Amino acid sequence: MSSPSEQPAGVIHDLGYRRYTGPRLGGGAVARSFFLTGLRNTYGLGRSGRSKVLPMILLATMLLPALILVGVLVQARDLLGLDSQIVAYSTYPITTQLLISVFVAAQAPALISRDLRFRTITLYLARPMGRSTYVLVRLASLAAATFLLIAAPLLLMYVGGVLADLPLGRETGRFLGGVAGAVLLAACLAGLAAVMASLTIRRGLAVAGVIVVLLVSFTVVSTVQGVSSVTEHGTVGQVAGLFSPYTLINGVQVFLFDSPAATPTPPEGTAMGLLHLAAVLVYVLGSVGALLLRYREVD
Amino acid sequence: MISRTIVRLGVLSVFGRWRGALLLLLPVVLVGLAVVVRVLVGDDTGAAQNTLNAFGLTVAVPLVALLATSGLVAPEIDDGSIAYLLAKPVSRHEIVASKLLVAAGCVLLFAAVPLLVSGLVLRPADPDLALGFGLAGLVGGLAYCSLFAYLSVLTRHAIVVGLIYLLIWEGLLGGLLDGVRWLSITRWARELVDAVAGVRLVEDLPLWYAVAASVVVVLGGAWLTGRRLRGFNLTGDE
Repeated sequence: MSSPSEQPAGVIHDLGYRRYTGPRLGGGAVARSFFLTGLRNTYGLGRSGRSKVLPMILLATMLLPALILVGVLVQARDLLGLDSQIVAYSTYPITTQLLISVFVAAQAPALISRDLRFRTITLYLARPMGRSTYVLVRLASLAAATFLLIAAPLLLMYVGGVLADLPLGRETGRFLGGVAGAVLLAACLAGLAAVMASLTIRRGLAVAGVIVVLLVSFTVVSTVQGVSSVTEHGTVGQVAGLFSPYTLINGVQVFLFDSPAATPTPPEGTAMGLLHLAAVLVYVLGSVGALLLRYREVD
Repeated sequence: MISRTIVRLGVLSVFGRWRGALLLLLPVVLVGLAVVVRVLVGDDTGAAQNTLNAFGLTVAVPLVALLATSGLVAPEIDDGSIAYLLAKPVSRHEIVASKLLVAAGCVLLFAAVPLLVSGLVLRPADPDLALGFGLAGLVGGLAYCSLFAYLSVLTRHAIVVGLIYLLIWEGLLGGLLDGVRWLSITRWARELVDAVAGVRLVEDLPLWYAVAASVVVVLGGAWLTGRRLRGFNLTGDE
């Protein structure tokens, strides 16, 4: 037993532990694996069984109508005299928008609000990954997950259509147009949802906020478009289309790829088409900017 | 039967953060839309009914109820502070009644009154239509509040479940299958509009059934919520 007056005799021994001398992956690899984890987490992979339920059900429900459409196309093509897809690729996302909205609204907080709420964000930011990388990669994960949800049924319809002997070249062109639309729609939706989710640590509030914005904007836009198409105020309806991601992207597809319109007042003329394209840019860049601004002071 | 402290705290938690802003957004958009439609179409019965029905009664009312109710019970369960409330010698039914009173106030202020105002904007000559939609908004909103309150003590994912019920059952299936009208709060509210304003929004649904079903949902939901709170079990996240 040592008395308190004795000199402290502790020493740090060099036990000969070896340092890590292997290759160190750089920031790119960090960002890549962070992206992949985020993408897996949006579908509940690598999370608890209960968090797989909702995204998987939504994905299955997205695919179901496409499967039925393909079945009808294959079985009854000669009977009904069909020579193209029953529902256009560009119309499919607007028809199934409720499912897409619920997916984005439910999964954006899972990626973004939880990091803020459980303070995981401090751990991420303590790593070599910078703030803007964190924001951009999170956004990219969400957008990629949303894109998969939108594009999977389109791919199913395309494969089914080609197997049912629809003209290959024409079908490929239309499918690629649909995929381009899906990319833009996923970017717009993910941006909006990520901004809303980053403003609150309450998961429920974030979900409700995203749904309110998407549902209200679409209902208002379609009401205004319906009214303006009846009353010959076409321009009002075309401008109104800018204010909901779904009608906006449908307008862009009508303008760029000459897809059949799914709204009563699609954009007419080059100026209106360019305005739609500019609006997409504003949505995407605006939400990236807002997110960077939001995360500048997070701690 | 009503605890004033719980009401006061409930009001604070509904308008805290930016939930209040979201709640305020809905009536503003509703009245704004009514003005736009009025300017574009003029005084037109069909457009007025469509706007009030498609946006007001079907989207705005349930969303106001959802936002208000989810601000009252779910956050407290989420962060566990409901334990302090439940530890007080206050009847669980009294807690639920006080919280639902706040939600009812929100529905009146942010759904029913804006519906009345937009009805008057769209059809100044026909106050019955505005009155019908205002009343239906209030009754439907109350029923939704009760339902969502019960959902929020049943599951942690009350908002998502409530939204799925709203979008899939009331929205998607309600539009496809006529039989849904017997189990759809929005359709009962539409029947009320029919009765007050003399229009035809929903077919073949007796008024007494719509009223009775709404009352049953309001009272039953509130009672079940209180009952569930009596034996409440706080569990961890996910």
